[in-house]
Amino acid sequence: MEIIEAKDLVFEYIRRDEEGNVEGITCALDHVSLDVKQGDFVAILGHNGSGKSTFAKHINAILYPTEGTVWVDGKDTSREENLWEIRQEAGMVFQNPDNQIIGQVVEEDVGFGPENLGVPTKEIWERVEESLKAVGMYEFRKHSPNKLSGGQKQRVSIAGVIAMHPKCIVLDEPTAMLDPNGRKEVIRAVRALNDVEEITIILITHYMEEIIYANKVFVMERGKIAMEGTPREIFSRVEELKALRLDVPQVTLLSHELRKSGLAIPEGILTCEELVEALGHVARG
Amino acid sequence: MSIILDHVNYVYEAGTAMEFAALKDVSLTINEGEFIGLIGHTGSGKSTLVQHLNGLLVPTGGNIYYNGKDIHDKEYNKKELRSRVGLVFQYPEHQLFEIDVFSDVCFGPKNLGLDRKEVELRAYAALKQVGIEDEYFYQSPFDLSGGQKRRVAIAGVLAMKPDVLVLDEPTAGLDPKGRDEILDQIAGLREETGMTVILVSHSMEDVARYVGRIIVMNRGQVMFDDVPRAVFRHYRELEEVGLAAPQVTYIMQALRKSGLDVDTDLTTIEEAREEILRAVGK
Ligand SMILES: Nc1ncnc2c1ncn2[C@@H]1O[C@H](COP(=O)(O)OP(=O)(O)OP(=O)(O)O)[C@@H](O)[C@H]1O
Ligand SMILES: Nc1ncnc2c1ncn2[C@@H]1O[C@H](COP(=O)(O)OP(=O)(O)OP(=O)(O)O)[C@@H](O)[C@H]1O
Ligand SMILES: [Mg+2]
Ligand SMILES: [Mg+2]
Repeated sequence: MEIIEAKDLVFEYIRRDEEGNVEGITCALDHVSLDVKQGDFVAILGHNGSGKSTFAKHINAILYPTEGTVWVDGKDTSREENLWEIRQEAGMVFQNPDNQIIGQVVEEDVGFGPENLGVPTKEIWERVEESLKAVGMYEFRKHSPNKLSGGQKQRVSIAGVIAMHPKCIVLDEPTAMLDPNGRKEVIRAVRALNDVEEITIILITHYMEEIIYANKVFVMERGKIAMEGTPREIFSRVEELKALRLDVPQVTLLSHELRKSGLAIPEGILTCEELVEALGHVARG
Repeated sequence: MSIILDHVNYVYEAGTAMEFAALKDVSLTINEGEFIGLIGHTGSGKSTLVQHLNGLLVPTGGNIYYNGKDIHDKEYNKKELRSRVGLVFQYPEHQLFEIDVFSDVCFGPKNLGLDRKEVELRAYAALKQVGIEDEYFYQSPFDLSGGQKRRVAIAGVLAMKPDVLVLDEPTAGLDPKGRDEILDQIAGLREETGMTVILVSHSMEDVARYVGRIIVMNRGQVMFDDVPRAVFRHYRELEEVGLAAPQVTYIMQALRKSGLDVDTDLTTIEEAREEILRAVGK
């Protein structure tokens, strides 16, 4: 069952001057077609300005297609009557947490979403607790979100989305501002939501390490999909990725370099354990 | 050039229920030409610390000296200080405000009182340095993608040609190539001009690759201050405070555990490659 379906999606930003005359057009999405199945963990990579955020904003109907169609759980996002349901089913975590935190107290902020959905009070508090624990921010529940540092705020916004119990969560560089530990915690939380709750995950990131557990990766370039495949397939194409301004995880890169130096190591190594094993074969001859 | 922080304390909202001591007795000397990495868990006080370097925040205790002069003396020229110590904010949106990208980058050098030609030459050069194409020059900075905004914010500070460049997580949101390009540019500029660079970062890999000295913050205090290799040797303590060693260090440790006789004290891919080739006899 497809939770997200985009068909021939084109999106143009129209820039206007003060008088409203058209100054220029940027074609940010150029005939994008893709499907995401319910329960998938999908990653989107791509250079700055390749269209990732623009695509993400189509999933919860912040932007509508200039051409083509996007369906979320079978509902056309350009139809106004679907808006409410789509926004509830597809939660979104943006790049900058400042723009999404509204509450005066952390737990209040996280409770806003479920409260708006009419969830009973007792359950709201359960959801707030579970979400804050999932991102390691429970001890800050009484703090004011405005006073938190960048990384802490980002974790609160993720908790806010989790508390809505959506079918699908789109995370637009959720870990860009986090320390290594926070990054691990968030990715762990996201994977658990995917594994245990079967929530569909769409993760946009510039950290290659974060997506090795995805089951599908799309690589964007100038508004188009340039590559798609499993992480292993994608990360086996080191030189192509570099040409697209991307990279591979450090362990993959090291393996690739060793292979270039003549060691018999396969492409597409994704974890430390795999490299240890491959080098074990090399050392034993 | 030198910056000295002498027993600096900073308390947010002192005297209210929200009082928070973000810096506790921080003493540091920053020398001319150094390339320093400032790391620490989220909320450890990095942004608070760097906003003290150009006088934006005033310590609630202790003193800060720039070239031996206390920057909070009444006679001290703060405006001059801000042009010498350039700060790129953690959130580029806090820095962008002009109607188009080019004017935005011109703002800093214009404020220095330079003539128009020089201002524009500097702005042009800075935008090229950060990889912004001409087609974006006359667009609103708010109509750019996340990574593009960050590049413009960095260009705005580079155009001032500061003696000390402070970058608060400059590579967050940049694509991998852009991250390398910007850090290479900055490392190159530093070589060329002798500028001092302070890089706040959550990427242990970037820090290991570029800087000569790492300062680790933990809950408002300096925890370590040493060369990268020595700091990352404390990886277990770093993990306890939300950080980590570069991934390469963990790979080397796993290899050693598997019986391969390798040095585990390495932090970059290049070093690791050499060492592994040596160990397997190639
Ligand atoms: N509000 C806007 N008005 C006009 N053009 C825009 C606007 N937002 C984005 N663009 C342009 O659309 C293109 C795609 O931008 P988008 O934000 O989708 O990129 P992205 O892949 O998310 O990049 P990043 O990795 O930097 O976040 C870019 O060329 C960008 O300059
Ligand atoms: N305006 C403020 N009022 C009260 N407390 C604040 C304020 N700004 C920051 N703090 C607190 O001060 C501490 C240090 O914040 P700071 O922004 O310096 O951390 P940081 O190390 O830069 O974190 P990050 O890696 O997330 O950017 C945090 O605990 C934060 O909650
Ligand atoms: Mg984006
Ligand atoms: Mg900060």
